[in-house]
Amino acid sequence: MTALLEVKNLTRAFVGLVAVNDVSFSLQAGRITALIGPNGAGKTTCFNLVAGALRPTAGQVLFEGRSLEREPPEAVCRMGIARTFQIVRPMKDMSVLENAMVGAFSWTTNVKEARDKAYESLDNVGLAGKANARTDQLTLPDRKMLEMAKALSTRPKLLLLDEVMAGLRPTEAAGVVGVLHRLAEGGLTILLVEHVMRIVMEVASTVVVLHHGAKIAEGKPSEVVADPAVLESYLGAGFHA
Amino acid sequence: MQRTSDQASDIKRWGAGALVFAALAVVGGMSNAYVISLLTIVLLFTFMGQSWNLMLGIGGQLSIGHALFVGIGAYAVAILNIKYGVTPWIGLLLGAVIAGFVGAVLAWLSFRFEVRGIYFALLTIAAAEFARIMFGGWDYVGGMQGLFYQAPSSAIDLGMLRGDARFYYFVALALAAIGVAGTELISRSYWGYVWRAMRDDDEAARALGVRTFRHKVLVVSISAATAAIGGGVLGLVQGAIFPDSIMGMAISVDVLIGPVVGGLGTAFGPLVGSMAAIPLHHAMGALGDALGLPGLNSVAYGAVLILVVWFLPDGIWPSIVRLYGAIQLPARGPIPQLRKVEE
Repeated sequence: MTALLEVKNLTRAFVGLVAVNDVSFSLQAGRITALIGPNGAGKTTCFNLVAGALRPTAGQVLFEGRSLEREPPEAVCRMGIARTFQIVRPMKDMSVLENAMVGAFSWTTNVKEARDKAYESLDNVGLAGKANARTDQLTLPDRKMLEMAKALSTRPKLLLLDEVMAGLRPTEAAGVVGVLHRLAEGGLTILLVEHVMRIVMEVASTVVVLHHGAKIAEGKPSEVVADPAVLESYLGAGFHA
Repeated sequence: MQRTSDQASDIKRWGAGALVFAALAVVGGMSNAYVISLLTIVLLFTFMGQSWNLMLGIGGQLSIGHALFVGIGAYAVAILNIKYGVTPWIGLLLGAVIAGFVGAVLAWLSFRFEVRGIYFALLTIAAAEFARIMFGGWDYVGGMQGLFYQAPSSAIDLGMLRGDARFYYFVALALAAIGVAGTELISRSYWGYVWRAMRDDDEAARALGVRTFRHKVLVVSISAATAAIGGGVLGLVQGAIFPDSIMGMAISVDVLIGPVVGGLGTAFGPLVGSMAAIPLHHAMGALGDALGLPGLNSVAYGAVLILVVWFLPDGIWPSIVRLYGAIQLPARGPIPQLRKVEE
């Protein structure tokens, strides 16, 4: 089994706070890995370090053996890592299709090629029928899907998803889960930062748990939820199942 | 299916554009000298408005100092032609290259050191004012006394780009048509897509692999180069150039009033806006002179700006389009920087 992405001793300190402290984990190609933890655990910071939006204080991020922790976000994207934002960020004066085209321009300058790829990405997330809509006509679940379609247009090897399920109703979330499974079956590696435990249990093959910036557990979802350290971090000391 | 409707609206859009310019050509054949000279200015500012529109309306970068580039173009043509007898065609080319370079350096330095948005706009004003004062004190280019072209003979000389008022009308008409068509084409090209993406959300665009730094430098540079071409022709039309008039703040305002009033980021907005604002400016100027009220033209500009921003914040053209719902807009959008402040 090869690791597509390796995070080694990653540390990021903000003034007076170590948000991510000596975290290491690796992502296996074609798998869905979830990064979980209670509020303030450092999930999003960790995510942003991998996406190139933040520079680490120490440690390394290796993607296919290449170090990327000093690269700007656009270079990280061009290496094959696409991300979504927790707060959806459609380009609001561009149509749904045009939004999905932008990512394709990271590997082509041909408009027709980009448009074809955009239709394919939209189709992948079930938005093809709304290609000509304006983004402000989309519902929240559709906007989340558009975020994914935009990222998919960059032809990523690794997809980073920042709380795609947040704010979705269970039925809507189930739709997203279906899409994630389909993408993983197609060979895409996915890292998701997620809050909704039930969904993590359903989709992830590996779970990495952060607490106060440090990794406290890693393993299959079923193992991790039985881990006393994890239970304690979520529910407080003294809780034992 | 969607693609067929795209093609249908493409044909509609280009057809409408061709009709408008055909009508303007007929107007040029029929009108009297005053109307012709006024429309020539309108069309030149349509072209320069397009260059400004490219930068803000599509690229998301605000300039309030486009007079810098207009002036560079005007001086390049004038110096080469008046002092050395070189054809204005070469001057236009050289002016565009120099302005493109100056624009690129300005943008590079600015964005390199994170000077963005309204602060970049202030820098463009400073650069334009610096150039105006520098040219005013530079004897080689005539200082404050400026440079004068020889009076144009009535014969039309395409090689030297000299001719009567009607000749310049058609030159300006051709430029405006190129500006409108160019905006439409660029907006739907690779550049157009990535520029609009970085205009709408810089960080999100970068996350999608858009190298926004180089694209910002590029859009400023192209905008500067095209503005210089407009400036070169403007100097020829006016027959004389002075630093205060060709590089002054008034030019920067004249350049941006068309797209702002007409509709930012659209292909037709700058034409519609210039048609509305510049004749009004001139008429109010004349009225002000007659009534002994100098500055009435500036008051009119201000009033138009306030009314448009208040009632039609997207500009006149998008409002017409929405009213008729006939033609799809290539790239709609109010001023990004201002919008961010409002939110």
